[in-house]
Amino acid sequence: MEEKTTQAAPEAAPKKPKKPLPKSRIMVGEQLAKLYQDTIDAKARGEKIGWSASIFPQEIAEALGLYIVYPENQAAGLAARHQSDDLLAHAEAAGYNMDICSYARTSLAYMDTLTAESNNMPKPDFVLCCNNICNQLTKWFENLAHQFQVPMFLIDTVYNYDPCASDAKVKYVRAQIDDLIHGLEEISGKKMDYDKLTEVMRISQRNKDLWREANELLAVKPAPLAGFDLFNYMSCMVCNRGKASTTAVLEQLIAEIKENIAEGKSTFPVEEEYRVFWEGIACWPYLGHTFKTLKKYGINMVATGYVNAWGLEYEPGDLDGLARAYIDLPNNNNNLETVVGRRIEAHKKFQVDGTIYHVNRSCKVMDCQQYETQRRISEATGIPFTSFDGDQADFRAYSEAQYETRIQGLVEVMEQRKKEREGGKD
Amino acid sequence: MITMGVDVGSTSSKAVILRDGKEILAKAAVPMGTGTPGPGQALELALTQAGLTRDQIDCLVATGYGRLTFPGADHQVSEVTCHGRGIHFLLPEARTVIDIGGQDAKALQISDKGKLLNFVMNDKCAAGTGRFLDVMAKVLGIPVEGLGDLSAQSEQPVSISNVCTVFAESEVISHLAAGAKLSDIAAGIHTSVARRVAALALRIGVEGQVAMSGGVALNQGVVRAMAAELKRPILVHEDAQLAGALGAALLAAERAR
Repeated sequence: MEEKTTQAAPEAAPKKPKKPLPKSRIMVGEQLAKLYQDTIDAKARGEKIGWSASIFPQEIAEALGLYIVYPENQAAGLAARHQSDDLLAHAEAAGYNMDICSYARTSLAYMDTLTAESNNMPKPDFVLCCNNICNQLTKWFENLAHQFQVPMFLIDTVYNYDPCASDAKVKYVRAQIDDLIHGLEEISGKKMDYDKLTEVMRISQRNKDLWREANELLAVKPAPLAGFDLFNYMSCMVCNRGKASTTAVLEQLIAEIKENIAEGKSTFPVEEEYRVFWEGIACWPYLGHTFKTLKKYGINMVATGYVNAWGLEYEPGDLDGLARAYIDLPNNNNNLETVVGRRIEAHKKFQVDGTIYHVNRSCKVMDCQQYETQRRISEATGIPFTSFDGDQADFRAYSEAQYETRIQGLVEVMEQRKKEREGGKD
Repeated sequence: MITMGVDVGSTSSKAVILRDGKEILAKAAVPMGTGTPGPGQALELALTQAGLTRDQIDCLVATGYGRLTFPGADHQVSEVTCHGRGIHFLLPEARTVIDIGGQDAKALQISDKGKLLNFVMNDKCAAGTGRFLDVMAKVLGIPVEGLGDLSAQSEQPVSISNVCTVFAESEVISHLAAGAKLSDIAAGIHTSVARRVAALALRIGVEGQVAMSGGVALNQGVVRAMAAELKRPILVHEDAQLAGALGAALLAAERAR
């Protein structure tokens, strides 16, 4: 055996040395690890800790100094590392249908096991749910609350049939935020310091601006970054968007992107022949394959729905404004006209050549309007698109060959359009 | 200039050899797809027919499901583009192409020069693909090539409503058990496929004349059902099954020039 190994070694392709991670990547990794560890430590000290939905008004718990972790982030991280497969099987064996969202199934299985290969979270003392991105979250979090026998705080935002929230809706959500403050004060035994809350809101606004700026720097052509890189920084906005540490991460990231622009460099490893918009959640279990296939054809994904996913606009200290922002922002809480309008604007701003739609088995909310979204965006912009089947966290809903055929087909249409633009040739 | 296109499908392999991108010198189809000796056999058959050897081929383009693993191709092009190009050669008046392959179905819009303008492909599953027809023919106990003639005798087509291939198979078995005529079941199967695939074509927008491509185009039952669903005639060329390989050979000629 040993001899074989010795002989085979010189023939093996030399392993590519791994590029050192940029400082911002190290910072964001450490920040997320710290959040999980801090929450475990806080629980061990006897503090009350919570689990929260991703676009919940985090400002309240943050200002109260409570440690919060995010099941959606946990599920996405586990899926990207292929560590959720057993949890999905566990959930299905426990009676949760495969048609239920895979983040929910991962989380509901974890609720039983409280053990995963990474991203471990201690048992919650309360759960925080906001239905502005999805109604299934409500049932998922109700289950968590029921099984753990802990209180659930629901912020019910009501769907926006109109372009933006009415004053009545704002009043309705504001009242729930007031209730949330009182409820969390009672559970934690802490008193809300409204100056502190204003400060958290100020930091959150700064982080929102920085996230948008980092994303919008990819509008530069060619983009200074591989769009997939930004997925690595999403935890800043999902789990830590009220923290000063996020300001530091994003400022560092922006500095690195600007340095790339100044030097004419990019982290996209090949020539950027095509730029695309990615619609829908990432296909976390196949992040590598989805990225490498795009790279093979010189496609950089320069924009996604995540660009503005945390663009919550309000004045620090204005709780009505906070309520309005959480109703108005998420695409899933808005009517088709509003969403399509935002997407068309992004397609133009980022100068994309094509759109890739992830038909995400888990997310019925996104999928149900996707055909019409495709039709309207391609009609308004003249930009070709393709779609592929996949899932945000379930590895069983994706075919590598089917994905590549669709991407190659899109490339051939984009190439054709490019030729026409450049030389008027057909 | 001699070029070749090989379409390595999931259930069959096709090869076409062209002279100067204009004249078909050889064509071959083998009912075995990627991962079998089929692709190699199709290549050899076409070479023998043309009296050529591989090194006399100036450029070879592979397409189809197995294009990336087919050895010896100079380029790989998706079947989306190849079917559009191949159909344009066979039926220049077509502007919408419907291709039903072994494991996927697609609708294409092509320009008056055969260039791909837009396309949509099936979602999720095997319903509406050639594999669906294979499974159903097996349940009926007849060769898949016989489905078209059989359905022509139908008087009262049954309804096959399931989009899941396995459930649709059970549905067909239930119809058999209930004594439905084979011809009526075959017609029901064709309508089921045509409905799903016609929806793709309608999504992309049916422009000009519509042609069908791929092996399933040779099934007159599907073609009739598709014409009924789209409410317009469907053009089918006798070499429709070879359209992908032909498109690949045409693209090989463009690249060799």
